[in-house]
Amino acid sequence: MRHDDARVPVSMTVNGRVRSMTVEPRTTLLDALRDELDLTGTKKGCDRGECGACTVHVEGRRVLSCMTLAAMQNGRCITTIEGLERDGDLHAMQAAFIEHDGFQCGFCTSGQITSAIAMIEEAKAGWPSAATADTGRPFTMADLSRTEIRERMSGNLCRCACYPNIVDAVAEAAGRS
Amino acid sequence: MHPFTLSTVDDPAAAIAAHARDPELAFIAGGTDLIGLMKDHVALPERLLDINRLPNMARIEAVPDGGLRIGALTRMSDVAADMEVRRRFPVIAEALLFSASGQLRNMASMGGNIMQRTRCAYFRDEDDPPCNKRRPGSGCSAWHGLNRNHAIFGWSESCVATNPSDVAVALAALDATIVVRGTAGERAVPSTDFHPLPGDAPERDNALGRGDLIVSIEVPACAEGRASHYLKIRDRQSYEFALVSAAAAVATDGRSIRSARLALGGVAHKPWRLRAAETALRGASLDDIDTLRAAIARSFTEARPLAHNAFKIDLAQRVALRALQTAGARA
Repeated sequence: MRHDDARVPVSMTVNGRVRSMTVEPRTTLLDALRDELDLTGTKKGCDRGECGACTVHVEGRRVLSCMTLAAMQNGRCITTIEGLERDGDLHAMQAAFIEHDGFQCGFCTSGQITSAIAMIEEAKAGWPSAATADTGRPFTMADLSRTEIRERMSGNLCRCACYPNIVDAVAEAAGRS
Repeated sequence: MHPFTLSTVDDPAAAIAAHARDPELAFIAGGTDLIGLMKDHVALPERLLDINRLPNMARIEAVPDGGLRIGALTRMSDVAADMEVRRRFPVIAEALLFSASGQLRNMASMGGNIMQRTRCAYFRDEDDPPCNKRRPGSGCSAWHGLNRNHAIFGWSESCVATNPSDVAVALAALDATIVVRGTAGERAVPSTDFHPLPGDAPERDNALGRGDLIVSIEVPACAEGRASHYLKIRDRQSYEFALVSAAAAVATDGRSIRSARLALGGVAHKPWRLRAAETALRGASLDDIDTLRAAIARSFTEARPLAHNAFKIDLAQRVALRALQTAGARA
């Protein structure tokens, strides 16, 4: 097979801008963001769906960009870490990570922040978690304890083990939002 | 990943026909298992067919008998968040919430979940060691190898792998049905028959053949559904596959068990129903721990440990007991 012939067109809205490109079908969303669009804030950790470093939002939901194909995202809206600031002001979650020193090496940080922002939306929508005592009633933001945050963020690993500070940052941002 | 082509389909009949005539074609929905298998060169489809745009397959509906129909493309997170599922079948919501991570649950489809392939490390090893599931006839590395995570029920010398799905265990306990559409029309496969035992053909993971598409999962109304629970024991607290898990559902008269359903995960090539225990539990008091324990033990006479997993025999009985007690407390 000649790979050049196999490239397929894909068009998606990334951080508010329509981006059209051609990709090989085997290109993951992660590789397209980094290599085709130069959006290198999204990190490749394990590339196997185990670490969460590649977390982005697709249609507002947090997903692992290493475990989906770019060509499957045609017409979708993607938000990466680069799309969170507004007119030079950091997103409240980004500011909270700085304030609480929620990182050391920083490699997992963009995934932690994108994951946490969508996680709070899930909690606001009433979604329970494995840490929720009674899943039979709607979850409220008042239920979003540190235990809940840790469970809901368990898909984002931090090998510097900054977890206590990450939970502090997420808890503060959740209270503000 | 190896090169492959990707196309999209929006008509179920076209998807089924394409799959039936092309042995090198695979459906892709969430992709969270398939893409990992492709990265590790375990799955090498030449053509992928994206089925995410098939209509009316990503929703949860009430069915006339009082049960629920869950479309095969519904995402795990949407099922776990659904208020009807949470109230009427908490074991399903819990099994999903104890699976994977928030990101993966947003991606993975329900049909794909029950099709996910074993986490046996030999099966997924990039170095391609002997594995009958991956290369029939090559042998089973786990049988005489590291098999702490492997089966205690129903295994064969060909394969000692376990099925990794959590929600499949809940569905087995609830006698759910997998609705499959193929070239010959639609058929209903009992969830307890969907995954075979390995026997001498462990390359077969499920009852699907060429041209088969899972369209939905039907959960029948049952008296035990509301008082149900999923308990999962694993090596870390979150974001890990089960060492052993149990789905329990119970209907009671006062504190007396009218009917109980128990299924285990992490112990066999398929979700493992504890039928003998269910029979023995009828009429038992939820407060009589010794009787409950003895009833559960009846399903363990056929357990056969491997070199490194004898601990699962005790662990699984305790997990089943605790799941039953927690479910019973909801009755």
